Amino acid sequence: MSSTISSGGPPIVEVAELTRAFGTRRALAGVTFSLGRGECLALFGPNGAGKTTLLRVLAGLLRPSSGSARVSGIQLPGGALARSRVGLISHRTMLYEALSPRENVSFAARLYGVRDVNARVEDSLRRMSMLERGDAPVRSLSRGMQQRVSIARAMVHTPQLVLADEPYSGLDDGGARALTSLLGELRSAGTAIIVVTHNLAEGLSLATHAAVMQRGRFVRYDPADRIDATAYSTTYREALAGA
Amino acid sequence: MPDVLFAAWVIARKDLAIEFRTRSAFFSAVIFALLGLVIFYFAWDPTAVTVNDLAPGVLWVIFTFSGLLGLHRSFGVETEDHAIDGLLASPVSRESIFLGKAIANLIFVAAVQLIAIPALVVFYNLPLGNVAIPLIAIAFLAAVGLVAVGTLFSAMAVNTRLAELLLPMLSLPFFVPIVIAASQSTAKLLSGRPIVEAAAWIKLLIAFDIIFVAACTVAYPFTVDD
Repeated sequence: MSSTISSGGPPIVEVAELTRAFGTRRALAGVTFSLGRGECLALFGPNGAGKTTLLRVLAGLLRPSSGSARVSGIQLPGGALARSRVGLISHRTMLYEALSPRENVSFAARLYGVRDVNARVEDSLRRMSMLERGDAPVRSLSRGMQQRVSIARAMVHTPQLVLADEPYSGLDDGGARALTSLLGELRSAGTAIIVVTHNLAEGLSLATHAAVMQRGRFVRYDPADRIDATAYSTTYREALAGA
Repeated sequence: MPDVLFAAWVIARKDLAIEFRTRSAFFSAVIFALLGLVIFYFAWDPTAVTVNDLAPGVLWVIFTFSGLLGLHRSFGVETEDHAIDGLLASPVSRESIFLGKAIANLIFVAAVQLIAIPALVVFYNLPLGNVAIPLIAIAFLAAVGLVAVGTLFSAMAVNTRLAELLLPMLSLPFFVPIVIAASQSTAKLLSGRPIVEAAAWIKLLIAFDIIFVAACTVAYPFTVDD
């Protein structure tokens, strides 16, 4: 199933017939879609459907086996330039436990060549309500707080594309609300977002488009005006059953 | 190039900050080095082997194995909650990551040497005299080669189940030429020979450094890119 989203500008993400194989197993089997500025694709599917592999290819962590993927017009694997446009959030925090949130976010800001590092770090921590615990070692924080720091780290360079793989994992209600609000702000500012989640309600609350993946391909794709959030769980089950 | 080196320094500083906070690898390496000195001291028969013959071997066995403790930790910190993904998804080059890790490891090994060399001098009543500076230079040159090779193999071994075992098994064969050149030049200096007699070994050490640093920097991206 191919899916094109028109947003009246050059797409941030363009994926065409993308495949990725691990040995003989194809984790991605011909995915095609595009995503414009300020759009959010919610990606659903069972474990092993290829959702995380798709995000890892777009983040520059995996090479496509065939097909084409572009981020901000840069063909992947596009090296440093493509990676500088992307912010990656995962259920793994990707933080250094011995360092403080401020040090972790500051380290990321320096890697991304952010100007005025201190101001950006403070702003990112403030948005995730982590200023007060900014100097405590990450290992002393709760799982939810660590996830907030991880999100602050991913946002510090103001990416054009945010890839969020189970971002709500470990967040309490407050953290989840802060994340939804932050992603909503980013979307309004023109950031393209791909959210992978098992929670349909959370995914749909942000999404302008929704897709269901199974066995490495999109088995259902809906633009925003065709998403019925209240009935989507039925739609989801039917898509998986029919695939 | 300045961007590569700046990013490398940012990564090295982060690694050193983590080690400064935890001090786990540093204390382990220092304790290992001091215990090694003590064990060799009590196994030593001064009537059969002079201190000048014994010291180079002791020194380089200790440096090699204590260094491995730090090298293993180098990429070990990146496995905490998949921190390596954050590093690889950032726009810094793979070469910067390798060089950053290598710089941090070099400072780590140099810090261990700064404690181990004076301890060796005191334990073995070693007459360093005017060879102290050349000895430090040799220790530094050898550390560069050991760190380059060790950092590369640390990256390769870290994701395996037997990383602690695999790192020495992979690294030690490549350490051999560096340790031979370092211990031979150290022996010449400690036995009071003129420095020109050690020059050939020192040149060999420099050659190994250049080859290993260049080859490992080029090879590192292949260990992380699929």
